[in-house]
Amino acid sequence: MKEADMSKNVGIVIVSHSSLVAQGAADMVRQMVGDEVPLAWCGGNPDGDLGTNVPAICNAIEAAWSERGVAILVDLGGAETNSEMAIEMLTDKRRAKAVVCNGPIVEGAVMAATESSGGATLEQVRRAAEELYRL
Amino acid sequence: MENKTTKELIECIAQTVISAASELTDLDQAIGDGDHGINMERGFRAVLAKIDSLGELAPGRAFADLGKTLIMTIGGASGPLYGKLFMSIGEALGDDPQITHERLLAGCDRAVAVLKALGKSDVGQKTMLDVLVPVIETLRVSKGGDVYGPLRAAARSAAEATIPMLATRGRASFLGERSKGHMDPGARSSELIIGAACRYLEAAPAAVLS
Repeated sequence: MKEADMSKNVGIVIVSHSSLVAQGAADMVRQMVGDEVPLAWCGGNPDGDLGTNVPAICNAIEAAWSERGVAILVDLGGAETNSEMAIEMLTDKRRAKAVVCNGPIVEGAVMAATESSGGATLEQVRRAAEELYRL
Repeated sequence: MENKTTKELIECIAQTVISAASELTDLDQAIGDGDHGINMERGFRAVLAKIDSLGELAPGRAFADLGKTLIMTIGGASGPLYGKLFMSIGEALGDDPQITHERLLAGCDRAVAVLKALGKSDVGQKTMLDVLVPVIETLRVSKGGDVYGPLRAAARSAAEATIPMLATRGRASFLGERSKGHMDPGARSSELIIGAACRYLEAAPAAVLS
């Protein structure tokens, strides 16, 4: 898939306290959904231990950036708060196109990516990621 | 306020937090994920690494820069929470070399609003807000005379008051009733920071708060 085609779809960012969890969730998305969706992940604190890392989240958002927007899947508290911080650091124009989804990190990432691969909007992708928590 | 005072004040806060890292981690192991002390230490070590450049700034600018450093280095939810606390106060103090009671209060009020939104929490949920809010209320009514003694006492009793509380926000909320009987680690680190600032300012050669 060419870059130009990828950027038509909403990007997915996976932020976990564990790099293994983040990478594993990203592997599942790649295998189940394919390469049509811009995808990036990060996990671990600045020392490489369990935790989250604002600069790493900023880089992941940049890597998965799409003009359609970016949906971020997180695990526990610090991942959510630090992802919100990373969004706040984006330019004004980009800030409105990045959202943290209130959904389970693995299932939410797969569902969000599936929705994105069909060309859905950021809001539709977010709803897909959050679907399991609405049941 | 002299630049030297700003620098020493920040050093005092950072050293206090770093010295208490294992205590904070122990508290967090009881009801959280056990990394609060490690995270706070990493953040404040990063602050100390740039202390000379912070010391060249007006107090407001230095606090804002300190806050941003914490956000980028703590690596947990306390990064944005403490980061925004210092940034909000720093922005309210602005470029003024003096810290006025009025601007400090405005910054504190702004910080509480930001922290409530960021943490989706409020007073009474066993968080740092349970220390910050009563301390700010004490600051609001204390002007002139001994400001620092009452602030320190308010911070201490507010941190102790989190022990019997039931946590309904953060990782501790997963424990439900079992969260009772432990001091909240964020309440304790807030108390430490406030205590260190008061201790330094009390002994400072010139009155800082005007």
